[in-house]
Amino acid sequence: MEQRVSLKRTSLYVSGSSPANIIEAVFYNQDCIVYDLEDSVPTSEKDAARLIVYNALRHQRPAEKYVIIRVNGIYSEFIDEDLEAAVRARPDALRIPKVESAKEVQSISAKMAAIERQAGIEVGSIELWCNIESYLGILNALEIATADSRVVALALGAEDYTASMKAQRTKKGLEMFYARNALLMACRAAGVDAIDMVFSDINDLEGLREDVALARNLGFDGKTAIHPRQIDIINSYFTPSKKEIDYALRVLAAVEEGKRLNKGAVALDGSMIDKPVELRALTTIAQARAAGIKIGGENHAG
Amino acid sequence: MQLKHPAVAGTLESSDVQVTIHPNNGMGLDIRIESIVKAQFGDAILETVREVLAAFGVTDASVQINDKGALDWVIRARMQAAICRGVERSFDWEGEGV
Amino acid sequence: MPVNAVGRELPERIGNYIVKPYQGINAPEPTSKKVVSNRVLTLRPAGGSKVIGTLEEAIEASGLQDGMTISFHHSFREGDLIVGQVLTAIRNLGIKDLRFAPSAVVNIKNPSIVDFVRDGTITRIEASGIRGELGDAVINGLMDEPVILRTHGARPRAIEAGELEIDVAFIGASAADEYGNATGQIGPNACGALGYSFIDATSAGKVVVITDYLVNYPCVPASISQQYVDYVVVVEQIGIPEKIGAGATRMTRNPRDLMIAKRIADVIAASRLFENDFSFQTGAGSISIACTNYLAERMEERGIKARFALGGITANIVEIFNKGLVKVLEGSQSFDAVAARAIVEHPNIVEIDNAVYSNIYGKGCMLDKLNFGVLTALEVDVDFNLNILTGSSGEMMGGLGGGPDVAAGSDISIAALPIVRGRTPSVVNKVFTICTPGETVAMVVTEAGIALNPRHKHYEMLRDDMGKTDLKIVSIESLRQLAESFTGKPKQIECTDKVVCIVEYRDGTVIDVIRQIKR
Repeated sequence: MEQRVSLKRTSLYVSGSSPANIIEAVFYNQDCIVYDLEDSVPTSEKDAARLIVYNALRHQRPAEKYVIIRVNGIYSEFIDEDLEAAVRARPDALRIPKVESAKEVQSISAKMAAIERQAGIEVGSIELWCNIESYLGILNALEIATADSRVVALALGAEDYTASMKAQRTKKGLEMFYARNALLMACRAAGVDAIDMVFSDINDLEGLREDVALARNLGFDGKTAIHPRQIDIINSYFTPSKKEIDYALRVLAAVEEGKRLNKGAVALDGSMIDKPVELRALTTIAQARAAGIKIGGENHAG
Repeated sequence: MQLKHPAVAGTLESSDVQVTIHPNNGMGLDIRIESIVKAQFGDAILETVREVLAAFGVTDASVQINDKGALDWVIRARMQAAICRGVERSFDWEGEGV
Repeated sequence: MPVNAVGRELPERIGNYIVKPYQGINAPEPTSKKVVSNRVLTLRPAGGSKVIGTLEEAIEASGLQDGMTISFHHSFREGDLIVGQVLTAIRNLGIKDLRFAPSAVVNIKNPSIVDFVRDGTITRIEASGIRGELGDAVINGLMDEPVILRTHGARPRAIEAGELEIDVAFIGASAADEYGNATGQIGPNACGALGYSFIDATSAGKVVVITDYLVNYPCVPASISQQYVDYVVVVEQIGIPEKIGAGATRMTRNPRDLMIAKRIADVIAASRLFENDFSFQTGAGSISIACTNYLAERMEERGIKARFALGGITANIVEIFNKGLVKVLEGSQSFDAVAARAIVEHPNIVEIDNAVYSNIYGKGCMLDKLNFGVLTALEVDVDFNLNILTGSSGEMMGGLGGGPDVAAGSDISIAALPIVRGRTPSVVNKVFTICTPGETVAMVVTEAGIALNPRHKHYEMLRDDMGKTDLKIVSIESLRQLAESFTGKPKQIECTDKVVCIVEYRDGTVIDVIRQIKR
């Protein structure tokens, strides 16, 4: 299938309770802003936070960001009004906490469709990110990822997942190793993006570097951030290096050359270039471009 | 729309505004504005406050604005929250506030 | 009404002050005027001591009379205990109608300067800035005579040009001997460099050194030499060193300010002038300190060392010096205890005369040798003019300091500010008060992008260097529009015709005036 390329390296949570943070968040380098109605908003302020997020997006939606709203839990008393406010705010996506089954996704999607219809928004245009934060979510990750055409990403939540597993949360995160891989496999099978868990110690930038390096090597497309100072570090690991870009350019040039000469198989440096290698090269170039890297000499090999 | 009881929304943090609203039955609107940007934006704040009150059909209220440099949409959101709390109703999402 | 080179309408005279409009950066004419000094030949027979019992006695001995001019340095900043004690003593003696001409007005409380204006002790003020209670009172029409504000470079020029003649200079020193050799570098209340006092010592009619730490003769080191000093007064305490750096020397944790700081370091690192033996001044604000740290990282990565750094010395820049990243630090003031001590400990950390630092009429100055200068500002307009004095509601927010001098002197001057603060836009059509002319500002770095000034002397070089990076370059007009899209259009502040402050540029011309706010 055609692999989609989009930039979701960093998603920064911003509390719906803090106008100051919402305003400043526009200027950071994160690809996605997640306006939060859930954990960062006290129960007594849910009504006010909905109005803040709704008005923020209706009046001053950030132009160059992918905009997400995290609503409260599917079974909470807040979900219906959250959906009313969040859909009408017209974000790019909603992020749903603790998703455990395809049915849950479908029921949220149906409610969203009703609101979209009523508000004159194209039905199905608002995407879904499903937070996977329990063993059940991991076990059902593939059915969740393929439950509805709105689903474009699964995002891993470590705290609740480890609690559900009776596991201890550690900095090295070995207890998350299986969940990370399981979620990734489901995402790859479904063709959706895989977003890694939060690194919660905002003062440990070295720890963050190790953690995000591992996430990138495993194959994740991005990572959730909880503090602005994490953004540049995370971005840097999900931005291709010059060496990777140069290699990708050579791969694509070789493929072009092969097409021109009508060759079935193409080799570079003595290895065959198969379809996955070509796809990976395309992703690398798209990521680099989207990250603002100027790519010169694209035809230098041709 | 009639306010049932006093209500507050917002905080005194920087870039926020605290709206306090009281019923003022039969006495019209009494709007008082304190703002760190009153010189440049006092008129704009008053206009927004009046606009939101009118959208809700609130004709009798005493409104105290304590503004710490909130942008217009923040003032709007805090006014809406205070009124919804004062009239004990959810925001009219279907009408998108109108 | 004459219009100056930055488009400001100015009166021809303001009371007795004859306005020379700012003519542009290249306008200053060479001059063959002799330096003016009030210093007098003073015979002192051998023996005895210059120590005098009380401040009152010293003031009487100095011959201070109604209508004269007194001066102070601001090296203790918010921790100053000298200005209050001296003014109280002057008031006790019934002397009135003074011109108060410190290097900068420090924001002292109990007593406040406003009290001395209200009771007529002070009727004129000339300084680099007036903030806090005094600033608010002045802008609301406290004084009959306008306050004259001068940059650090403009003050020594005005003194030596005879425009600001000092009758009595009061110089606080953390250590002094009985003959007046004095320093700020040792003693229990050390404040470090006394760079602002050199010109006062050499130019005033009488010089009174005030200390709380009398040392055996001779005081070593001595920043102020005995040959300029008439009297020494010992008081209980001259200042609170912990308050010197209040607010000025902490690194910001605000993510937006950190982002701006990092972008400044990126800009510097992208410039072709960033090479071995370059020079810089990053300043002492909270963005500046973060910026210095980021810059040090870039220097380490690229193996580049700076020849010198200028300006106020902070613990932070001393740390970078100690890493060997900067060969020489030259400072006219110190912002904390580490910086105060550093001058004594390191031969390559040097106390300099503020006139050497910033006065172009002193046969050139050090900041004209800077490659990079970082400036903070309250507002910038679409012509790149900077306002560092007044808030957008017309309130007094700061002092001129050396910002306008640094902008004019350095190859690449970088103004750092966020495009909005709360609901206040800081990129605007016209700044409320022009302090730094736009033609001297190379670029503006904000959270929303970097704007290069097409009228700056190094525009082409910067455009080429920045074009090779992925830094976000935008037009100043687009920043203004973006700011306004957030805040809405602010209403113009209305003023009366009464001029309350005159803003002098480094060449003594008037770049702008501040008029009384209509309330």
